[in-house]
Amino acid sequence: MEAKDFDVQNIDISWCPGCGNFTLLRILKETFAELQIKPQDIAVISGIGQSSKTPHYFKTNTFHTLHGRAIPIATAVKSINPNLTIIAEGGDGDMYGEGGNHILHAIRRNPNITNIIHNNMVYGLTKGQASPTTMLGVKTTLQVEGVILEPFNPIAVAIALNASFVARAFVGDIEQTKEILKKAIAHKGYAIVDIFQQCPSFNKINTFEWFKQNTYYLDDKHDPKNRIEAFKRSIETEKLPLGIFYINNRNSFEENIGLYNDNKDPLCFREIESDKIQKFIDSKMR
Amino acid sequence: MDDISIVLCGEAGQGIETTEGILTKVLKDSGYNIFAVKEYMSRIRGGSNSTEIRVSQKPIRAYVDRIDLLFALSNKSIDHLKDRISEDTLIFGDKEVIGDAHNIIDIPLSKITKKIGSSVYSNTVTAGVICGMLNVSEYGLQNVIAKFFEKKGESIINKNFEAASEGFELAKKTMESGITIKVKTNMEISKDINKDILISGKDAVALGALAGGCNFISGYPMSPATEILSFMSTYSKEFEVIAEQSEDEISAINMAIGAWYAGGRGMTTTSGGGFALMEEGVSLAGMTETPVVIHIGQRPGPATGLPTRTEQGDLDLVLYAGHGDFARIIMSPGNIEDCFHLSKYAFSFADKYQIPVFILTDQYLLDCQYNIPSLDHKRYGIKKYVVQTKEDYKRYQFTKTGVSPRGIPGFGEGLVIQTGNEHDEIGHTTENAILRKKMVEKRFNEKLNQIKNEVIYPELLGGKAYKYLLIGWGSTRNIVEESLKLLKEPKLGFLYFKQVYPLPREIMGYLINAKKVIAIENNASGQFANLIKLETGFEIKNKILKYDGRPFSVEEVTTRIKDILEE
Repeated sequence: MEAKDFDVQNIDISWCPGCGNFTLLRILKETFAELQIKPQDIAVISGIGQSSKTPHYFKTNTFHTLHGRAIPIATAVKSINPNLTIIAEGGDGDMYGEGGNHILHAIRRNPNITNIIHNNMVYGLTKGQASPTTMLGVKTTLQVEGVILEPFNPIAVAIALNASFVARAFVGDIEQTKEILKKAIAHKGYAIVDIFQQCPSFNKINTFEWFKQNTYYLDDKHDPKNRIEAFKRSIETEKLPLGIFYINNRNSFEENIGLYNDNKDPLCFREIESDKIQKFIDSKMR
Repeated sequence: MDDISIVLCGEAGQGIETTEGILTKVLKDSGYNIFAVKEYMSRIRGGSNSTEIRVSQKPIRAYVDRIDLLFALSNKSIDHLKDRISEDTLIFGDKEVIGDAHNIIDIPLSKITKKIGSSVYSNTVTAGVICGMLNVSEYGLQNVIAKFFEKKGESIINKNFEAASEGFELAKKTMESGITIKVKTNMEISKDINKDILISGKDAVALGALAGGCNFISGYPMSPATEILSFMSTYSKEFEVIAEQSEDEISAINMAIGAWYAGGRGMTTTSGGGFALMEEGVSLAGMTETPVVIHIGQRPGPATGLPTRTEQGDLDLVLYAGHGDFARIIMSPGNIEDCFHLSKYAFSFADKYQIPVFILTDQYLLDCQYNIPSLDHKRYGIKKYVVQTKEDYKRYQFTKTGVSPRGIPGFGEGLVIQTGNEHDEIGHTTENAILRKKMVEKRFNEKLNQIKNEVIYPELLGGKAYKYLLIGWGSTRNIVEESLKLLKEPKLGFLYFKQVYPLPREIMGYLINAKKVIAIENNASGQFANLIKLETGFEIKNKILKYDGRPFSVEEVTTRIKDILEE
């Protein structure tokens, strides 16, 4: 399996030149190729926004859903067919704004899915309004006097809620981002990967160069099992850390529902046993 | 009188439900036909709740206002039910609690239960009194008690035996005291009834869904629909169904849609207020042609309305939910058999047409329970429509019927691409005007035409050669049916719709044969009558409507029909 096996022919990609999405698209193809996962065995469930169009641009099962709703759909897909590799993909507005509540509960529920958030700190598809991660004071066509809402810190929130895998990457570093994604996909449980990327059309502040200057990698001394340490790192503001902040191995949702302990067959391939219902009615309801 | 109407009334938290659970079981096992329904306040403690249990030689299936025996368990009970208490009502209660009057028979519950050890045994004493009056054997009651309190241990069971025995003693004293009991208490019983099943509307919906292959249900707790989810959760392992309480209704419907996309059979359960949050999900199912089954237990709105009461006020909401044009099916079961069969059939329908299918019930119907011989899981069959994909698979391939073969991820060589944006046959987004037009016609006109070929027809009850025709849907079914029997008007028919949308093409045929058409609905605007007008142009002028949050009673329906017939 090679990255080109994921290429889709004759497509008209609707992103702006220089968009970080292009790099992330390449990263995704290479990641799946290196993990040797076939397109048929992947389902990418996306929300709405420029980043949510990504699954249309490479070979994969796709459900391009509603704004903010990728996570509940992805959760159910995985529970019905745990053999699939499930990615829930969207942007910072989609996942942290419209879908914010679902993230909180996905962390608690812990489905074995990888949640990729293209975080460019701005709204692209609706043309440049502030997103939940836009920095304080940034002026937009809507926040005309500058953003007055405290930016959402997804990493700190995820660690505070004891998420099972928490990481941040930057598309400017293809190899490192791939490594983080591979670990996130291999991780058994809900993995949140916040990915910094530039938006050349609408974010003139957090540019490619800005992310390069304002980020650094957590080094080998960082223990991802240490929640307090991970939290401390997550609230740093001077330079933003990249890498795997926190890992907390625990049972996934599919394990906890108890329907796959003895029988590994995905629920979608099991037979409907109506006569079992009949027996139940005629014994228990009498 | 062919039946006895017993009402238990007390505060929330007093345990009326326990008495109801024990009594319905023991009376059914003893060979009586049983009907029970409760009405309750939206509170956990205090207030006044009541349960009606009708006991009869013949099958009975509907709520009556009449109370023959009232067990008033709190000082507010009599006031709560004052409009239903008549000269003929015998009131049983602890005179120390409810006071005295000529029609009150003292059952000193506080004294007796103090002796046994706790006021919780009031429920079993009450059950004992009722069983004693209906000639049920004490042994029969003990059997049910032992089963009911199985998990609580032997000492609790024995205390309840003691309480039951006290109840029997009281019944005996009452019968011997010469008090005239106008209702028949020595009804003949039928030995076959103990083989019947005793089932509620909510259990029938849940079991129907399971029989339809439901293997995923998500929901956010909301009366009166929660218990479908609880039922599934209780039997999750047994029937291999995932029952998940979601963070909100938005998540609930999207999960159900996700389950279908992956090849499962998902449903969600809610009430009108929760469903309001699900509308974007209905749109998504419509646009992406993903099947989904949605159960809505209606209660009075708008907003929080009357959370624990009943109404048929959400037909319009369900009919128009979601933006844009796409096909849908709305089922409206009106009895327990249909709750089961239609909930089951909803899954085959959803799968076949790849559309949202609604099951509209209400608090009254869900909380009703009665005995029936059984439910046959074979009726309506069961079909799965998922195909194994080939490499060139197109999720939205154009076909003559508007329905494309539906693949699922990981089953075959193809890729399953769906989007809520307008799309081409593969499933990629498009803004092409020709494709857009064809896709709308596929999702709406073509599918709807197919569905109209297999509409579930309304059932005609009462006079087949009718001059007067009643039109109803959903939970009014059994109430109207009993009214028809009382009215004995051979020219009066009742057309019960168990599918309210789409309507059968032949609907005008039913309407033009009647001299007078009367709609009966538990809402303020006559939502179904309006739908009929919209679809056929036929205006139903006579409407029997009720929107005080309570179900119709047999008496009320009978009077109101009579009034219209006499006009």
